[in-house]
Amino acid sequence: MSFLKKHWQVILTGLVVGAFAVALSALGNPANMGFCIACFLRDIAGGVGLHRAEVVQYVRPEIIGLVLGAMIAALIGKEFKPTGGSSPMTRFVLGFGVMVGALMFLGCPLRMVIRLGGGDLNAVFGLVGFAAGILLGVAALNKGFSLKRSYAMPALEGYATPAISIALLVALVCFPALLFFSEKGPGSMRAPLLFALAAGLIVGALAQRSRLCMVGGIRDAAMFKDYHLLLGFAAILVAVLIRNLALGKFTLSMAKQPVAHTDGLWNALGMLLVGFASVLLGGCPLRQLILAGSGSADSGVAVIGMTVGAAFCHNFKLASSADGPTPNGKIAVILFLVITAVIAVCNLQKEKE
Amino acid sequence: MKHIDAIGLSCPQPVLLCKKALAASPEGIEIEVDNTTACGNVTRFAENLGYKVTVKEADGTYLLAIAKA
Repeated sequence: MSFLKKHWQVILTGLVVGAFAVALSALGNPANMGFCIACFLRDIAGGVGLHRAEVVQYVRPEIIGLVLGAMIAALIGKEFKPTGGSSPMTRFVLGFGVMVGALMFLGCPLRMVIRLGGGDLNAVFGLVGFAAGILLGVAALNKGFSLKRSYAMPALEGYATPAISIALLVALVCFPALLFFSEKGPGSMRAPLLFALAAGLIVGALAQRSRLCMVGGIRDAAMFKDYHLLLGFAAILVAVLIRNLALGKFTLSMAKQPVAHTDGLWNALGMLLVGFASVLLGGCPLRQLILAGSGSADSGVAVIGMTVGAAFCHNFKLASSADGPTPNGKIAVILFLVITAVIAVCNLQKEKE
Repeated sequence: MKHIDAIGLSCPQPVLLCKKALAASPEGIEIEVDNTTACGNVTRFAENLGYKVTVKEADGTYLLAIAKA
């Protein structure tokens, strides 16, 4: 069947991501947070002391695994390619903005899907905002938005992000005294290190092969009526839903959902920012990690932007909690929506040529 | 044949350039990209429109000839 032949990789990746997401939560990660790129980068920022929010500090092995899994798959597939030089500082700012939006909503696009699969109806508001943000980005792309070309770079540049990941792993395993570890709160809830690392490696490799991207799905559907990546998105949702139903972990409600708040407007606006800024970056936070593992220094800078953004979010009280959004967080989301719009407009290039 | 240089551009830009070029010259174009993701995406896009795509790889770049099937 040509449908399966064309799409099996991305569907398989989605199903595996969904299955691991539920398994990671069952084995210790916070509920509906088997995977969350935003939350985990935030935990890592805390783990190395960039912020001192004591409940969200842990160097998450999932992230390390994702980067290294992508690197290994890219090397085997002869797709590892050190590149960079495509508006790095703009990418840093956009990555920062993605995190401001994600921590308003409390989750990256991947966690949004996982929350949906757990019955968290607040994520519906997030999804609406997310799709609207993607459409804003698509409008910019259609008008000629570009962060300009990337160029071939020396090998060292491409291996920088994997090397940083390995350094974090060495610190986590051999020198944990250097790091911060939450004793309570989401940061203290963790699946066993080896399982988390293996889950990251497997998902990282599959996501590199299949180009799975939460933003790309809706973007390509809107721009080209191409539903390929959206199938991956759907596969995650189906896998999470089925596993949650089987384990009796599916709770359909808005109130009392794990690591979530019920402010619909700000859930939507947070994800509006995530969608908009992610389209300009060329992919969701997961995709940025995968590209960074495959040699893209540009995506590496976006990941650093997200990580630094997470530290600022907690140092300046921008991040929401289960109690809801903070006044500072609302100001920051509006500010970064404006900044993202300015970046979009300033990078429109005239057609011709 | 119209030639599009999409070297160094990341998706969806190569696909978008291809879409616009095919709208202007529906008989076919050639487009050059430098990563497998763009190569795959452009191929999928053109094939979905019923075009035939031939890929030539050299030195890490891919020249895609897109012609009416």
